[in-house]
Amino acid sequence: MAYSDKVMDHYENPRNVGSLEADDADVGTGMVGAPACGDVMRLQIKVSEEGVIEDACFKTYGCGSAIASSSLVTEWVKGKTLDEAASIKNADIAEELALPPVKIHCSVLAEDAIKAAITDYKSKQ
Amino acid sequence: MSMKKPIYFDYSATTPVDPRVAEKMCRYLTMDDGLFGNAASRSHQYGWDVEAAIDEARKNVADLIAADPKEIVWTSGATESDNLAIKGVAHFYRKKGNHIITSKTEHKAVLDTCRQLEREGFEVTYLDPEESGLIDLAKLEAAMTEQTILVSIMHVNNEIGVIQDVKAIGELCRSKKILFHVDGAQSCGKVEVDVNEMKIDLLSMSAHKIYGPKGMGALYVRRKPRVRLEAQMHGGGHERGMRSGTLATHQIVGMGEAFRLAKEEMATENERVRMLRDRLMNGLSDIEEVYVNGDVEQRVPHNLNISFNFVEGESLMMALSDLAVSSGSACTSASLEPSYVLRALGRSDELAHSSIRFSIGRFTTEADVDHAIKLCHEKIQKLRDLSPLWDMFKAGIDLSTVQWSAH
Repeated sequence: MAYSDKVMDHYENPRNVGSLEADDADVGTGMVGAPACGDVMRLQIKVSEEGVIEDACFKTYGCGSAIASSSLVTEWVKGKTLDEAASIKNADIAEELALPPVKIHCSVLAEDAIKAAITDYKSKQ
Repeated sequence: MSMKKPIYFDYSATTPVDPRVAEKMCRYLTMDDGLFGNAASRSHQYGWDVEAAIDEARKNVADLIAADPKEIVWTSGATESDNLAIKGVAHFYRKKGNHIITSKTEHKAVLDTCRQLEREGFEVTYLDPEESGLIDLAKLEAAMTEQTILVSIMHVNNEIGVIQDVKAIGELCRSKKILFHVDGAQSCGKVEVDVNEMKIDLLSMSAHKIYGPKGMGALYVRRKPRVRLEAQMHGGGHERGMRSGTLATHQIVGMGEAFRLAKEEMATENERVRMLRDRLMNGLSDIEEVYVNGDVEQRVPHNLNISFNFVEGESLMMALSDLAVSSGSACTSASLEPSYVLRALGRSDELAHSSIRFSIGRFTTEADVDHAIKLCHEKIQKLRDLSPLWDMFKAGIDLSTVQWSAH
């Protein structure tokens, strides 16, 4: 089982691990996956009045690739508008982390997590 | 990255050959001592000498299980022994009946052999063990029919280390005149085995689980009352026609020496190993939400199988890469496949995935165990800090009531 250096780096030093207050109006929370499938990702974003994501954090139950995928997207979404963040594709994540074919589903889950967080934020506005 | 090898905690997978065993084996390979002959060569000293060495090994193996040396058939390992025992009995006794009973937590060498026999028209009952991993005798008895010719139950489970009550199962089988095969790959040299007291008719043994060489095993085949087998390997009629093929002298000598040492040292070694295992278990038990898999009392001293809740199996293995342990999860493909043994005990997929088997052995030290305890504490904490499930558990949310998004 060989992980890429980038996956190992995110796994060893995950970025933006944590939680935001899910009930706050400027916070969007996306939780995707299921324990029985081996991955659950929770991605949270904090959105400014101008519609820019000013903070993001995650917690992930899953394999090294799932942890790395969610860690990476928290870095990517910060500073982006909601529309820009929503346009992040799983293929970009998979390419950046050099995920093998059997781990592509981790990047799909990370894309779903962003979308779910944005949907949650919008539903509160 | 450190080039240091991980600490070995996988003695149930295999063991290193004991140096005393390796030394003896080497003598039977080269020209030096003239001990390279073919045991079937009856016409000269080279054949006679190795035949004597093989007889001695046969006696050492027989002694460990209280059998007669004539009842030992050499094989290439416990997998072959299981195949020979189960297919051999099924094919020989098929006129008598077509039903076999085994359990869901057997080794694949037994399960897949039974599947093959099903394809050949036999009927097989796969018993569900209790949550402890043990077989309920009443359920076994209820599964027996007029057609049952064989019961195959392992002595010690390879994943969870629980010890079946083979004596009680043996009594039951004998009273119903059903043959009893025991996969003893994980028990010989670890717990007392007495084929007469336990009324075992066939016993599979492995050398490499007990500090002997890989590629070497034996099958005990009872002579009184005589158990018949149809050979699976045909040829020169070696091993009383049950398993043809030139005997692998060095391997056999190695197995014999390993079994002799096991008999001599088992009591003291078990005590030391149990002390280390208990040290490990106690050291891990103060971590929250840990579950020992399988019965704690009816268990071999060297095995600890433990699940860490709210931590995913593959990331756990990554985190514990300084330890050579075995995982209850086969994460080699996209579809995660949790241990079928743990699932059969009723463990959830999550707990089955996050299980780790530590197996301790002859060369494990107290320092190794202490290092493992420290590492587990650190890494479990790290992964739980990352885990949304741990957060939810800590917030008092019952995860079984959560509506998860399918994917």
